[in-house]
Amino acid sequence: MADRATREAVGATLVALAAEGRDDIVSLDADLAKATTTVKFKAAYPNRFFDMGIAEQNMMGTAAGLAVGGKTPFASTFAVFAAGRAYDQIRNSICYANLGVKIAATHAGITVGPDGGSHQMVEDIALMRVLPNMQVLVPADFGSACAAIRIASEAPGPFYVRLGRVAVPQVHADDAAFELGRSYVLREGTDVTLIACGGMVWRALASADALATEGVSAEVIDAMSLKPFDVATLVNSAAKTGAVVSCEEHSVIGGLGAAVAVALSENAPCPLELVGVHDVFGTSGEPDPLMVHFSLTSDDIAAAARRAIARAS
Amino acid sequence: MSQPDLVHVAHLCQAMRRDIIEMVAAAGSGHPGGSLSAVEIVATLYSSVMKHDPADPKAPGRDRFVLSKGHAAPVLYAALAETGYLPREELTTLRKLGSRLQGHPDMHKLPGVEVSTGSLGQGLALANGMALALRLDGNAESTVFCLLGDGELQEGSVWEAAMAAAHYNLSNVVAIVDLNGLQIDGPTCEVMDLGNVLEKFAAFGWTVITCDGHSVEAMHDALTRAKAERERPAVVVARTMKGRGVSFMENLCDWHGKAPNADECARALVELAD
Repeated sequence: MADRATREAVGATLVALAAEGRDDIVSLDADLAKATTTVKFKAAYPNRFFDMGIAEQNMMGTAAGLAVGGKTPFASTFAVFAAGRAYDQIRNSICYANLGVKIAATHAGITVGPDGGSHQMVEDIALMRVLPNMQVLVPADFGSACAAIRIASEAPGPFYVRLGRVAVPQVHADDAAFELGRSYVLREGTDVTLIACGGMVWRALASADALATEGVSAEVIDAMSLKPFDVATLVNSAAKTGAVVSCEEHSVIGGLGAAVAVALSENAPCPLELVGVHDVFGTSGEPDPLMVHFSLTSDDIAAAARRAIARAS
Repeated sequence: MSQPDLVHVAHLCQAMRRDIIEMVAAAGSGHPGGSLSAVEIVATLYSSVMKHDPADPKAPGRDRFVLSKGHAAPVLYAALAETGYLPREELTTLRKLGSRLQGHPDMHKLPGVEVSTGSLGQGLALANGMALALRLDGNAESTVFCLLGDGELQEGSVWEAAMAAAHYNLSNVVAIVDLNGLQIDGPTCEVMDLGNVLEKFAAFGWTVITCDGHSVEAMHDALTRAKAERERPAVVVARTMKGRGVSFMENLCDWHGKAPNADECARALVELAD
């Protein structure tokens, strides 16, 4: 399949769910319906689409009220506005009340690109993961993103689905099935575990290819379900490899790396290298050069893998 | 409203004021001032305006109440106790570990609480969402009432919601402002002047009604007219007094979030005797 952006899963999946008879599905956006792709739902089901204008707090609160009324609301905007601007609504109106609001947050991470650091959200996983009742999914490709939207629509309670702006390669099989709370071993290996989420998964696979040419066998895990987190798959892999690299397009504070560090410390301590954004804001640039600038490429993952292996031996 | 009903509501108001004083005193903390200012508003809603049934708190055709000024939880708990949602004896568990009566209302703990609130400025958006859901369900009989404090109107999110309610013609939403003129740090006009609240809501596209918030007859009339509005969202701006009914609490910011001690509680209950 051609490369596709995970954000494209929002409109496509919401339309599919509604077509399957999910009359409870409603969609809200904050003046970004074209970018988040909810414009597709608006075109197909205009009576169940609500543009709330540039007012993210109000969008989250209204979504919470719709959930009280028995609907399954999807609230979509850029990650920086979803997790940042509306944090107190998400905390109090949605998570404290444990309401089934599904947040489809697009344009997450550094690969937003030229809009720069003001719009490159690298703190959202941390902000969302710490909230009781919140469930966090960070899919790696278009197919798993569609599955993530579907999972969020079916499971009770609040969800934060983190999606990207740029097209990414397919990493899962066409017929792959996904469940909440599961990670997926995409490639088996014995020397090091590369655990990644979102747009870092295909990069981790590329790293594994490069490491293989050096005789290093890397296991690659897609940790799509950040919360609930699949501790067992990670720990089983780490017990085999003895060295781990976490890979995320997010701050290393509070994100995947932090979840991995806690899981390993509690269950199977071993050397861990964290590939991610190291406590800085983003900056303007095209996505690929930015990923080089912030040391988030497959080469950086491979280098981290070598360091982890060296520390383990 | 007929004369016997008025007498009944007046008695209900006195009973609710006693409940508020007793439960906040027992808790040793809480918000008596803004609970007392809203007594006639909430008593009128629960006794003569809202369609609701304590025996069937989730009946689809009921009217809904959102306490956006969630710190006034005691006035809601008093109304729920006096109308049969919970035993009056339970009121003194307010704010204690294990109580269903949380410091701010929790929808999952206490039947009759429609939605959890507490962080100011969020209730009107919740009410709008509930109203949209009713509309999607084809429910034209239910109204969502949302009580806001005047200090709360300083939250910008209130005005985002006010704009949205008018945009989506949410005529099944009735907002009520408890305009008592005081907030924690002082008079609202000194802390952050709200300007003309009536003109602000009117400019946002709402039908605006104002009344004496301590006259049950005026409240009933205003709320009934607001509920009957079927063109646009309506707001009732109720002119009230913080701490109303307890002489030493009236119109004093200090009683926003302070519990009466045993002596003060006893003096207040003497004043509030039927």
